[in-house]
Amino acid sequence: MVETKDLIPHLFRTEFTKMVSVLSRHFGLQHVEIAEDIVSDTFLLASETWGLKGLPENPTAWLYTVAKNKTKDYLKRNQLFSKKIATEIRKTERELYEMEVDLSSQNINDSQLQMIFAICNPSITPEAQIGLALRILCGLGIDEIAEAFLTNKETTNKRLFRAKEKLRESNATMELPPEEEIDARLETVLSVLYLLFNEGYYSSSQNTSLRKDLCLEAMRLNLLLIDNNRTNKPFVNALLSLMCFHASRFEARISESGESILYEDQDTSLWNKELILRGEYYLNQASVGHIISKYHLEAAIAYWHTQTSHEAEKWENILQLYNKLLQIENSPMAVLNRTYALAKARDYKTAIREAEKLELEESHWYHALLGELYSEIDKQKAHNYFDKAYELAKTDADKNILQKKRNRIVVESAGQPIKKHNSQRAENNT
Amino acid sequence: MKEFMMIFRMAPMQNFQPTPEQMQQSIKQWQDWIGSIAAQGKFVSTNQLGFEGKTLKANGIITDGPYAEVKEIVGGYIIVKANSIDEALELAKGCPILFMGGHVEVRDIMVLSN
Repeated sequence: MVETKDLIPHLFRTEFTKMVSVLSRHFGLQHVEIAEDIVSDTFLLASETWGLKGLPENPTAWLYTVAKNKTKDYLKRNQLFSKKIATEIRKTERELYEMEVDLSSQNINDSQLQMIFAICNPSITPEAQIGLALRILCGLGIDEIAEAFLTNKETTNKRLFRAKEKLRESNATMELPPEEEIDARLETVLSVLYLLFNEGYYSSSQNTSLRKDLCLEAMRLNLLLIDNNRTNKPFVNALLSLMCFHASRFEARISESGESILYEDQDTSLWNKELILRGEYYLNQASVGHIISKYHLEAAIAYWHTQTSHEAEKWENILQLYNKLLQIENSPMAVLNRTYALAKARDYKTAIREAEKLELEESHWYHALLGELYSEIDKQKAHNYFDKAYELAKTDADKNILQKKRNRIVVESAGQPIKKHNSQRAENNT
Repeated sequence: MKEFMMIFRMAPMQNFQPTPEQMQQSIKQWQDWIGSIAAQGKFVSTNQLGFEGKTLKANGIITDGPYAEVKEIVGGYIIVKANSIDEALELAKGCPILFMGGHVEVRDIMVLSN
Protein backbone atom coordinates (compact mmCIF):
# COMPACT_ATOMS: atom_id res chain seq x y z
CA MET A 1 0.00 0.00 0.00
CA VAL A 2 1.35 3.39 -0.94
CA GLU A 3 1.53 5.97 1.85
CA THR A 4 -0.66 9.05 1.41
CA LYS A 5 2.30 11.43 1.20
CA ASP A 6 3.89 9.28 -1.47
CA LEU A 7 0.65 8.83 -3.36
CA ILE A 8 0.90 11.83 -5.65
CA PRO A 9 4.49 11.16 -6.78
CA HIS A 10 3.50 7.53 -7.24
CA LEU A 11 0.43 8.37 -9.31
CA PHE A 12 2.43 10.91 -11.23
CA ARG A 13 4.89 8.20 -12.19
CA THR A 14 2.25 5.68 -13.20
CA GLU A 15 -0.44 7.93 -14.73
CA PHE A 16 1.37 10.94 -16.20
CA THR A 17 2.51 9.11 -19.34
CA LYS A 18 -0.86 7.49 -19.90
CA MET A 19 -2.71 10.79 -19.55
CA VAL A 20 -0.31 12.72 -21.78
CA SER A 21 -0.43 9.96 -24.42
CA VAL A 22 -4.22 9.83 -24.47
CA LEU A 23 -4.54 13.61 -24.65
CA SER A 24 -1.86 13.87 -27.33
CA ARG A 25 -3.79 11.43 -29.40
CA HIS A 26 -6.77 13.70 -28.88
CA PHE A 27 -5.06 16.98 -29.75
CA GLY A 28 -2.52 15.65 -32.19
CA LEU A 29 1.16 15.24 -31.45
CA GLN A 30 1.89 18.79 -32.58
CA HIS A 31 0.35 19.93 -29.32
CA VAL A 32 2.08 17.57 -26.93
CA GLU A 33 2.84 20.57 -24.75
CA ILE A 34 -0.85 21.36 -24.24
CA ALA A 35 -1.38 17.78 -23.11
CA GLU A 36 1.61 18.03 -20.78
CA ASP A 37 0.36 21.33 -19.34
CA ILE A 38 -3.13 20.00 -18.71
CA VAL A 39 -1.81 16.90 -16.96
CA SER A 40 0.67 18.93 -14.89
CA ASP A 41 -2.13 21.33 -13.89
CA THR A 42 -4.25 18.37 -12.89
CA PHE A 43 -1.55 17.07 -10.56
CA LEU A 44 -1.01 20.54 -9.14
CA LEU A 45 -4.71 20.77 -8.34
CA ALA A 46 -4.58 17.30 -6.80
CA SER A 47 -1.77 18.22 -4.43
CA GLU A 48 -3.62 21.38 -3.38
CA THR A 49 -7.09 19.91 -2.82
CA TRP A 50 -6.13 16.48 -1.52
CA GLY A 51 -4.04 18.08 1.19
CA LEU A 52 -6.99 20.24 2.30
CA LYS A 53 -10.00 18.04 1.74
CA GLY A 54 -8.44 14.63 2.09
CA LEU A 55 -8.08 11.92 -0.49
CA PRO A 56 -10.88 11.28 -2.95
CA GLU A 57 -12.36 7.80 -2.95
CA ASN A 58 -10.66 6.83 -6.19
CA PRO A 59 -7.64 9.10 -6.74
CA THR A 60 -6.85 7.77 -10.22
CA ALA A 61 -10.42 8.29 -11.44
CA TRP A 62 -10.33 11.77 -9.90
CA LEU A 63 -7.24 12.63 -11.93
CA TYR A 64 -8.78 11.42 -15.17
CA THR A 65 -12.05 13.28 -14.57
CA VAL A 66 -10.24 16.52 -13.80
CA ALA A 67 -7.94 16.15 -16.80
CA LYS A 68 -10.93 15.46 -18.98
CA ASN A 69 -12.75 18.57 -17.76
CA LYS A 70 -9.66 20.69 -18.13
CA THR A 71 -9.37 19.45 -21.70
CA LYS A 72 -12.95 20.43 -22.43
CA ASP A 73 -12.37 23.84 -20.84
CA TYR A 74 -9.29 24.33 -22.93
CA LEU A 75 -11.12 23.44 -26.10
CA LYS A 76 -14.00 25.77 -25.27
CA ARG A 77 -11.64 28.63 -24.50
CA ASN A 78 -9.75 27.96 -27.65
CA GLN A 79 -13.03 27.88 -29.48
CA LEU A 80 -14.00 31.31 -28.23
CA PHE A 81 -10.79 32.62 -29.60
CA SER A 82 -11.15 31.03 -32.99
CA LYS A 83 -14.80 32.12 -33.22
CA LYS A 84 -13.58 35.52 -34.33
CA ILE A 85 -11.69 34.14 -37.24
CA ALA A 86 -13.39 30.90 -38.16
CA THR A 87 -16.64 30.93 -40.13
CA GLU A 88 -18.10 27.49 -39.64
CA ILE A 89 -18.01 27.65 -35.91
CA ARG A 90 -21.34 26.21 -34.98
CA LYS A 91 -20.57 22.80 -36.35
CA THR A 92 -17.05 22.69 -35.00
CA GLU A 93 -18.20 23.94 -31.65
CA ARG A 94 -20.77 21.21 -31.29
CA GLU A 95 -18.30 18.63 -32.47
CA LEU A 96 -15.79 19.73 -29.94
CA TYR A 97 -18.31 19.88 -27.19
CA GLU A 98 -19.48 16.37 -27.86
CA MET A 99 -16.00 15.02 -28.26
CA GLU A 100 -15.32 12.60 -25.45
CA VAL A 101 -11.86 11.74 -24.22
CA ASP A 102 -11.64 7.98 -24.58
CA LEU A 103 -10.29 6.59 -21.32
CA SER A 104 -10.74 2.90 -21.96
CA SER A 105 -7.73 0.82 -20.99
CA GLN A 106 -7.47 -0.25 -24.62
CA ASN A 107 -7.12 3.36 -25.72
CA ILE A 108 -4.67 4.13 -22.93
CA ASN A 109 -2.44 1.23 -23.99
CA ASP A 110 -2.70 2.07 -27.68
CA SER A 111 -1.92 5.71 -27.04
CA GLN A 112 1.15 4.87 -24.99
CA LEU A 113 2.43 2.50 -27.64
CA GLN A 114 1.91 5.13 -30.33
CA MET A 115 3.69 7.66 -28.17
CA ILE A 116 6.67 5.32 -27.84
CA PHE A 117 6.97 5.10 -31.62
CA ALA A 118 6.46 8.84 -32.07
CA ILE A 119 9.32 9.64 -29.68
CA CYS A 120 11.71 6.86 -30.63
CA ASN A 121 11.91 8.27 -34.09
CA PRO A 122 15.08 8.01 -36.18
CA SER A 123 14.50 11.50 -37.59
CA ILE A 124 15.27 13.09 -34.21
CA THR A 125 18.64 12.81 -32.51
CA PRO A 126 19.21 10.00 -30.00
CA GLU A 127 19.82 12.58 -27.28
CA ALA A 128 16.44 14.22 -27.95
CA GLN A 129 14.78 10.80 -28.02
CA ILE A 130 16.14 9.95 -24.58
CA GLY A 131 15.16 13.31 -23.13
CA LEU A 132 11.62 13.04 -24.46
CA ALA A 133 11.38 9.43 -23.34
CA LEU A 134 12.38 10.37 -19.79
CA ARG A 135 9.91 13.25 -19.70
CA ILE A 136 6.91 11.99 -21.62
CA LEU A 137 7.20 8.20 -21.50
CA CYS A 138 8.51 7.90 -17.94
CA GLY A 139 7.00 11.05 -16.42
CA LEU A 140 10.29 12.17 -14.88
CA GLY A 141 10.50 15.72 -13.59
CA ILE A 142 13.09 18.21 -14.85
CA ASP A 143 15.04 17.80 -11.60
CA GLU A 144 15.22 14.06 -11.97
CA ILE A 145 16.23 14.20 -15.63
CA ALA A 146 18.93 16.70 -14.73
CA GLU A 147 20.16 14.37 -12.01
CA ALA A 148 20.09 11.31 -14.25
CA PHE A 149 22.21 13.15 -16.82
CA LEU A 150 24.41 14.77 -14.16
CA THR A 151 23.55 18.22 -15.46
CA ASN A 152 21.49 21.19 -14.27
CA LYS A 153 17.84 22.16 -14.65
CA GLU A 154 18.50 24.93 -17.10
CA THR A 155 20.42 22.74 -19.55
CA THR A 156 17.79 20.03 -19.21
CA ASN A 157 14.98 22.48 -19.93
CA LYS A 158 16.77 23.76 -23.01
CA ARG A 159 17.40 20.25 -24.22
CA LEU A 160 13.77 19.24 -23.78
CA PHE A 161 12.58 22.39 -25.51
CA ARG A 162 14.79 21.62 -28.50
CA ALA A 163 13.71 17.99 -28.43
CA LYS A 164 10.04 18.94 -28.61
CA GLU A 165 10.81 21.26 -31.50
CA LYS A 166 12.49 18.34 -33.25
CA LEU A 167 9.47 16.18 -32.54
CA ARG A 168 7.19 18.75 -34.17
CA GLU A 169 9.52 19.15 -37.15
CA SER A 170 9.63 15.39 -37.64
CA ASN A 171 5.88 15.44 -38.36
CA ALA A 172 5.54 12.25 -36.37
CA THR A 173 1.97 11.12 -35.85
CA MET A 174 0.28 9.07 -33.17
CA GLU A 175 0.04 5.75 -34.94
CA LEU A 176 1.85 2.45 -35.16
CA PRO A 177 4.21 2.16 -38.12
CA PRO A 178 3.00 0.02 -41.05
CA GLU A 179 3.82 -3.70 -40.90
CA GLU A 180 6.76 -3.53 -43.31
CA GLU A 181 8.49 -0.82 -41.27
CA ILE A 182 7.81 -2.18 -37.83
CA ASP A 183 11.03 -4.19 -37.36
CA ALA A 184 13.25 -1.30 -38.33
CA ARG A 185 11.31 1.15 -36.18
CA LEU A 186 11.39 -1.30 -33.26
CA GLU A 187 15.20 -1.28 -33.51
CA THR A 188 15.18 2.42 -32.64
CA VAL A 189 12.61 1.90 -29.88
CA LEU A 190 14.65 -0.90 -28.32
CA SER A 191 17.87 1.08 -28.47
CA VAL A 192 16.16 3.93 -26.57
CA LEU A 193 14.75 1.53 -23.96
CA TYR A 194 18.16 -0.08 -23.57
CA LEU A 195 19.83 3.32 -23.11
CA LEU A 196 17.16 4.21 -20.58
CA PHE A 197 17.82 1.02 -18.66
CA ASN A 198 21.58 1.51 -18.76
CA GLU A 199 21.19 5.10 -17.65
CA GLY A 200 19.67 3.69 -14.48
CA TYR A 201 21.86 0.62 -14.16
CA TYR A 202 25.26 2.20 -14.74
CA SER A 203 24.57 5.82 -13.75
CA SER A 204 27.06 7.27 -11.33
CA SER A 205 24.24 9.15 -9.64
CA GLN A 206 24.06 8.33 -5.93
CA ASN A 207 20.27 8.43 -6.00
CA THR A 208 19.59 4.69 -5.86
CA SER A 209 15.82 4.89 -5.99
CA LEU A 210 15.89 7.13 -9.05
CA ARG A 211 18.25 4.69 -10.76
CA LYS A 212 15.98 1.79 -9.94
CA ASP A 213 12.99 3.75 -11.24
CA LEU A 214 14.70 4.31 -14.59
CA CYS A 215 15.33 0.58 -14.96
CA LEU A 216 11.78 -0.30 -14.00
CA GLU A 217 10.40 2.27 -16.43
CA ALA A 218 12.42 0.81 -19.28
CA MET A 219 11.11 -2.64 -18.36
CA ARG A 220 7.53 -1.39 -18.13
CA LEU A 221 7.73 0.15 -21.60
CA ASN A 222 9.33 -3.02 -22.95
CA LEU A 223 6.48 -5.06 -21.48
CA LEU A 224 4.00 -2.78 -23.22
CA LEU A 225 5.59 -3.78 -26.54
CA ILE A 226 5.33 -7.46 -25.62
CA ASP A 227 1.66 -7.08 -24.73
CA ASN A 228 0.81 -5.97 -28.24
CA ASN A 229 0.70 -8.63 -30.96
CA ARG A 230 2.20 -6.39 -33.59
CA THR A 231 5.25 -5.51 -31.54
CA ASN A 232 5.72 -8.79 -29.68
CA LYS A 233 8.83 -9.86 -31.63
CA PRO A 234 11.62 -12.23 -30.56
CA PHE A 235 14.21 -9.45 -30.16
CA VAL A 236 11.75 -7.45 -28.04
CA ASN A 237 11.52 -10.44 -25.68
CA ALA A 238 15.30 -10.81 -25.74
CA LEU A 239 15.79 -7.25 -24.50
CA LEU A 240 13.32 -7.73 -21.64
CA SER A 241 15.05 -10.97 -20.73
CA LEU A 242 18.37 -9.13 -20.60
CA MET A 243 16.89 -6.42 -18.39
CA CYS A 244 15.37 -9.00 -16.02
CA PHE A 245 18.72 -10.77 -15.58
CA HIS A 246 20.52 -7.49 -14.90
CA ALA A 247 17.81 -6.20 -12.59
CA SER A 248 17.96 -9.44 -10.58
CA ARG A 249 21.23 -8.19 -9.08
CA PHE A 250 19.91 -4.79 -8.11
CA GLU A 251 19.83 -5.42 -4.36
CA ALA A 252 23.17 -7.22 -4.40
CA ARG A 253 25.21 -4.75 -6.46
CA ILE A 254 24.70 -1.55 -4.48
CA SER A 255 25.43 -1.31 -0.76
CA GLU A 256 23.17 0.52 1.65
CA SER A 257 25.44 3.53 1.44
CA GLY A 258 25.04 3.57 -2.34
CA GLU A 259 28.44 2.09 -3.17
CA SER A 260 28.90 -0.41 -5.99
CA ILE A 261 29.62 -3.99 -4.99
CA LEU A 262 31.66 -5.94 -7.52
CA TYR A 263 30.04 -8.95 -9.17
CA GLU A 264 32.42 -11.43 -7.55
CA ASP A 265 31.81 -9.91 -4.09
CA GLN A 266 28.03 -9.95 -4.28
CA ASP A 267 25.93 -11.91 -1.83
CA THR A 268 24.24 -14.24 -4.31
CA SER A 269 21.40 -14.89 -1.89
CA LEU A 270 20.33 -11.32 -2.62
CA TRP A 271 19.93 -12.06 -6.32
CA ASN A 272 16.25 -11.90 -7.16
CA LYS A 273 15.22 -15.46 -8.13
CA GLU A 274 11.85 -14.28 -9.41
CA LEU A 275 13.48 -11.91 -11.91
CA ILE A 276 15.95 -14.57 -13.00
CA LEU A 277 13.05 -16.92 -13.75
CA ARG A 278 11.28 -14.16 -15.66
CA GLY A 279 14.45 -13.53 -17.62
CA GLU A 280 14.59 -17.22 -18.52
CA TYR A 281 10.93 -17.11 -19.55
CA TYR A 282 11.44 -14.17 -21.93
CA LEU A 283 14.64 -15.71 -23.28
CA ASN A 284 12.61 -18.79 -24.20
CA GLN A 285 9.98 -16.56 -25.80
CA ALA A 286 12.78 -14.90 -27.76
CA SER A 287 14.12 -18.21 -29.05
CA VAL A 288 11.89 -18.49 -32.10
CA GLY A 289 12.69 -17.57 -35.67
CA HIS A 290 16.17 -17.60 -37.16
CA ILE A 291 17.44 -14.10 -36.43
CA ILE A 292 19.88 -13.80 -33.55
CA SER A 293 19.99 -10.16 -32.51
CA LYS A 294 22.60 -8.58 -30.27
CA TYR A 295 19.93 -8.57 -27.56
CA HIS A 296 19.67 -12.37 -27.81
CA LEU A 297 23.42 -12.68 -27.34
CA GLU A 298 23.56 -10.17 -24.51
CA ALA A 299 20.61 -11.82 -22.77
CA ALA A 300 22.34 -15.20 -23.05
CA ILE A 301 25.54 -13.69 -21.61
CA ALA A 302 23.50 -12.18 -18.77
CA TYR A 303 21.85 -15.57 -18.23
CA TRP A 304 25.21 -17.24 -17.70
CA HIS A 305 26.15 -14.52 -15.22
CA THR A 306 23.19 -15.55 -13.07
CA GLN A 307 24.66 -19.06 -12.80
CA THR A 308 26.83 -19.78 -9.80
CA SER A 309 27.95 -23.32 -10.62
CA HIS A 310 29.45 -25.03 -13.71
CA GLU A 311 32.27 -22.48 -13.89
CA ALA A 312 34.04 -24.05 -16.90
CA GLU A 313 30.87 -24.39 -18.96
CA LYS A 314 29.77 -20.91 -17.90
CA TRP A 315 32.89 -19.11 -19.09
CA GLU A 316 33.19 -21.15 -22.29
CA ASN A 317 29.63 -20.14 -23.18
CA ILE A 318 30.19 -16.52 -22.25
CA LEU A 319 33.34 -16.43 -24.40
CA GLN A 320 31.58 -17.90 -27.42
CA LEU A 321 28.66 -15.50 -27.02
CA TYR A 322 31.04 -12.53 -26.90
CA ASN A 323 32.84 -13.87 -29.98
CA LYS A 324 29.53 -13.73 -31.81
CA LEU A 325 28.39 -10.43 -30.29
CA LEU A 326 31.57 -8.69 -31.45
CA GLN A 327 30.89 -9.77 -35.01
CA ILE A 328 27.59 -7.86 -34.83
CA GLU A 329 28.72 -4.85 -32.82
CA ASN A 330 32.06 -3.79 -31.41
CA SER A 331 31.96 -1.84 -28.16
CA PRO A 332 34.89 -1.30 -25.75
CA MET A 333 33.00 -2.96 -22.89
CA ALA A 334 32.19 -6.06 -24.96
CA VAL A 335 35.83 -6.24 -26.10
CA LEU A 336 37.16 -6.08 -22.53
CA ASN A 337 34.58 -8.54 -21.22
CA ARG A 338 35.41 -10.94 -24.04
CA THR A 339 39.06 -10.82 -23.10
CA TYR A 340 38.23 -11.49 -19.45
CA ALA A 341 36.06 -14.46 -20.49
CA LEU A 342 38.98 -15.70 -22.57
CA ALA A 343 41.16 -15.70 -19.45
CA LYS A 344 38.53 -17.66 -17.56
CA ALA A 345 37.76 -20.13 -20.34
CA ARG A 346 41.34 -20.61 -21.64
CA ASP A 347 44.16 -19.15 -19.59
CA TYR A 348 45.43 -15.79 -18.36
CA LYS A 349 48.52 -15.71 -20.59
CA THR A 350 46.45 -16.16 -23.74
CA ALA A 351 44.17 -13.37 -22.58
CA ILE A 352 47.12 -11.05 -21.91
CA ARG A 353 48.43 -11.65 -25.45
CA GLU A 354 44.97 -10.81 -26.80
CA ALA A 355 44.61 -7.77 -24.56
CA GLU A 356 47.91 -6.38 -25.85
CA LYS A 357 46.51 -6.34 -29.38
CA LEU A 358 43.71 -3.98 -28.35
CA GLU A 359 44.03 -0.26 -28.89
CA LEU A 360 42.18 0.92 -25.81
CA GLU A 361 45.05 2.68 -24.03
CA GLU A 362 42.90 5.63 -23.02
CA SER A 363 40.26 3.52 -21.28
CA HIS A 364 40.70 3.03 -17.53
CA TRP A 365 38.83 -0.27 -17.78
CA TYR A 366 41.47 -1.52 -20.23
CA HIS A 367 44.22 -1.00 -17.67
CA ALA A 368 41.99 -2.48 -14.97
CA LEU A 369 41.55 -5.58 -17.13
CA LEU A 370 45.33 -5.95 -17.54
CA GLY A 371 45.67 -5.48 -13.80
CA GLU A 372 43.18 -8.28 -13.31
CA LEU A 373 44.93 -10.56 -15.82
CA TYR A 374 48.34 -10.01 -14.23
CA SER A 375 47.05 -10.43 -10.69
CA GLU A 376 48.19 -14.05 -10.44
CA ILE A 377 51.19 -13.77 -12.77
CA ASP A 378 53.01 -10.60 -11.75
CA LYS A 379 51.60 -8.73 -8.78
CA GLN A 380 53.81 -5.68 -9.21
CA LYS A 381 52.73 -5.31 -12.80
CA ALA A 382 49.11 -5.82 -11.80
CA HIS A 383 49.48 -3.08 -9.25
CA ASN A 384 50.95 -0.68 -11.78
CA TYR A 385 48.10 -1.30 -14.17
CA PHE A 386 45.53 -0.58 -11.49
CA ASP A 387 47.42 2.61 -10.63
CA LYS A 388 47.23 3.69 -14.26
CA ALA A 389 43.53 2.80 -14.38
CA TYR A 390 42.90 4.80 -11.22
CA GLU A 391 44.68 7.79 -12.72
CA LEU A 392 42.56 7.66 -15.88
CA ALA A 393 39.20 7.10 -14.18
CA LYS A 394 36.94 10.12 -14.33
CA THR A 395 34.20 9.48 -11.78
CA ASP A 396 34.44 8.85 -8.05
CA ALA A 397 32.33 5.72 -8.44
CA ASP A 398 34.83 4.22 -10.92
CA LYS A 399 37.81 5.28 -8.80
CA ASN A 400 36.17 3.62 -5.85
CA ILE A 401 35.80 0.32 -7.67
CA LEU A 402 39.37 0.46 -8.97
CA GLN A 403 40.75 1.18 -5.54
CA LYS A 404 38.97 -1.89 -4.17
CA LYS A 405 40.35 -4.06 -6.94
CA ARG A 406 43.87 -2.74 -6.46
CA ASN A 407 43.85 -3.12 -2.72
CA ARG A 408 43.10 -6.77 -3.13
CA ILE A 409 46.52 -7.37 -4.62
CA VAL A 410 49.10 -7.50 -1.88
CA VAL A 411 52.58 -6.96 -3.22
CA GLU A 412 55.45 -7.96 -1.03
CA SER A 413 58.42 -5.77 -1.82
CA ALA A 414 61.51 -5.79 0.39
CA GLY A 415 59.34 -7.08 3.20
CA GLN A 416 57.02 -4.11 2.98
CA PRO A 417 53.60 -4.30 1.42
CA ILE A 418 53.38 -1.66 -1.32
CA LYS A 419 49.64 -1.76 -0.92
CA LYS A 420 49.67 0.68 1.96
CA HIS A 421 51.68 3.29 0.16
CA ASN A 422 49.37 3.16 -2.82
CA SER A 423 46.12 3.38 -0.96
CA GLN A 424 47.47 6.46 0.79
CA ARG A 425 48.16 8.02 -2.53
CA ALA A 426 44.70 7.08 -3.63
CA GLU A 427 43.21 8.96 -0.73
CA ASN A 428 45.17 12.04 -1.67
CA ASN A 429 43.76 11.84 -5.16
CA THR A 430 40.11 11.75 -4.17
CA MET B 1 42.02 1.18 -43.46
CA LYS B 2 41.68 -1.10 -46.45
CA GLU B 3 39.75 -4.30 -46.71
CA PHE B 4 41.37 -7.66 -47.31
CA MET B 5 39.88 -11.05 -48.00
CA MET B 6 41.37 -14.17 -46.50
CA ILE B 7 40.47 -17.27 -48.43
CA PHE B 8 40.78 -20.59 -46.61
CA ARG B 9 42.01 -23.42 -48.80
CA MET B 10 42.80 -27.03 -48.13
CA ALA B 11 42.99 -30.41 -49.82
CA PRO B 12 39.62 -32.13 -49.87
CA MET B 13 39.32 -34.82 -47.22
CA GLN B 14 36.69 -37.08 -48.69
CA ASN B 15 36.80 -39.71 -46.00
CA PHE B 16 37.15 -37.48 -42.99
CA GLN B 17 34.19 -37.82 -40.65
CA PRO B 18 34.76 -35.69 -37.55
CA THR B 19 33.14 -36.73 -34.29
CA PRO B 20 30.66 -34.28 -32.71
CA GLU B 21 33.35 -33.40 -30.14
CA GLN B 22 35.86 -32.65 -32.88
CA MET B 23 33.27 -30.50 -34.64
CA GLN B 24 32.58 -28.65 -31.40
CA GLN B 25 36.28 -28.12 -30.82
CA SER B 26 36.77 -26.86 -34.35
CA ILE B 27 33.90 -24.37 -34.06
CA LYS B 28 35.42 -22.99 -30.86
CA GLN B 29 38.83 -22.55 -32.52
CA TRP B 30 37.32 -20.68 -35.45
CA GLN B 31 35.12 -18.53 -33.24
CA ASP B 32 38.03 -17.66 -30.93
CA TRP B 33 40.10 -16.57 -33.92
CA ILE B 34 37.28 -14.54 -35.52
CA GLY B 35 36.33 -13.14 -32.11
CA SER B 36 39.91 -11.94 -31.66
CA ILE B 37 39.81 -10.10 -35.01
CA ALA B 38 36.41 -8.62 -34.12
CA ALA B 39 37.73 -7.53 -30.70
CA GLN B 40 40.43 -5.54 -32.51
CA GLY B 41 37.70 -3.83 -34.50
CA LYS B 42 38.99 -5.35 -37.75
CA PHE B 43 36.18 -7.73 -38.62
CA VAL B 44 33.95 -7.06 -41.62
CA SER B 45 32.21 -10.32 -42.53
CA THR B 46 32.76 -14.03 -42.91
CA ASN B 47 31.19 -17.09 -44.46
CA GLN B 48 31.84 -20.76 -44.24
CA LEU B 49 31.13 -22.69 -47.41
CA GLY B 50 29.14 -25.92 -47.41
CA PHE B 51 29.76 -29.18 -49.25
CA GLU B 52 27.21 -28.83 -52.01
CA GLY B 53 28.57 -27.41 -55.24
CA LYS B 54 28.47 -27.58 -59.00
CA THR B 55 30.75 -26.06 -61.59
CA LEU B 56 29.48 -24.53 -64.81
CA LYS B 57 31.87 -24.34 -67.73
CA ALA B 58 31.82 -22.07 -70.74
CA ASN B 59 30.80 -24.93 -73.01
CA GLY B 60 27.69 -25.44 -70.87
CA ILE B 61 28.94 -28.60 -69.17
CA ILE B 62 28.04 -28.82 -65.49
CA THR B 63 30.17 -30.93 -63.18
CA ASP B 64 29.20 -32.11 -59.73
CA GLY B 65 30.89 -30.84 -56.63
CA PRO B 66 33.54 -28.19 -56.32
CA TYR B 67 36.15 -30.93 -56.03
CA ALA B 68 36.11 -32.56 -59.44
CA GLU B 69 39.39 -31.41 -60.89
CA VAL B 70 40.99 -29.41 -58.13
CA LYS B 71 43.68 -30.30 -55.68
CA GLU B 72 42.28 -28.03 -53.02
CA ILE B 73 38.93 -26.48 -52.19
CA VAL B 74 37.88 -23.18 -50.72
CA GLY B 75 36.35 -23.76 -47.31
CA GLY B 76 35.32 -20.21 -46.56
CA TYR B 77 36.50 -16.65 -46.30
CA ILE B 78 36.69 -13.69 -43.97
CA ILE B 79 36.90 -10.01 -44.88
CA VAL B 80 38.99 -7.91 -42.50
CA LYS B 81 40.11 -4.31 -42.18
CA ALA B 82 43.83 -3.61 -42.01
CA ASN B 83 46.27 -0.82 -42.82
CA SER B 84 48.44 -3.01 -45.01
CA ILE B 85 48.72 -6.52 -46.37
CA ASP B 86 51.38 -7.22 -43.73
CA GLU B 87 48.99 -6.28 -40.98
CA ALA B 88 46.34 -8.53 -42.57
CA LEU B 89 48.91 -11.34 -42.69
CA GLU B 90 49.56 -10.82 -39.00
CA LEU B 91 45.84 -11.38 -38.36
CA ALA B 92 45.93 -14.51 -40.48
CA LYS B 93 48.56 -16.12 -38.25
CA GLY B 94 46.13 -17.71 -35.82
CA CYS B 95 43.78 -19.05 -38.51
CA PRO B 96 42.69 -22.59 -37.61
CA ILE B 97 43.00 -23.74 -41.24
CA LEU B 98 46.79 -23.61 -40.73
CA PHE B 99 46.51 -26.31 -38.07
CA MET B 100 44.37 -28.47 -40.34
CA GLY B 101 46.94 -28.74 -43.10
CA GLY B 102 45.48 -25.93 -45.16
CA HIS B 103 46.57 -22.39 -45.93
CA VAL B 104 45.25 -18.85 -46.09
CA GLU B 105 45.40 -16.69 -49.17
CA VAL B 106 45.31 -13.00 -48.28
CA ARG B 107 44.16 -10.64 -51.04
CA ASP B 108 43.40 -6.94 -51.10
CA ILE B 109 39.90 -5.94 -52.13
CA MET B 110 39.93 -3.51 -55.01
CA VAL B 111 38.02 -0.29 -54.56
CA LEU B 112 36.54 0.70 -57.88
CA SER B 113 35.95 4.38 -58.34
CA ASN B 114 32.65 5.08 -60.08
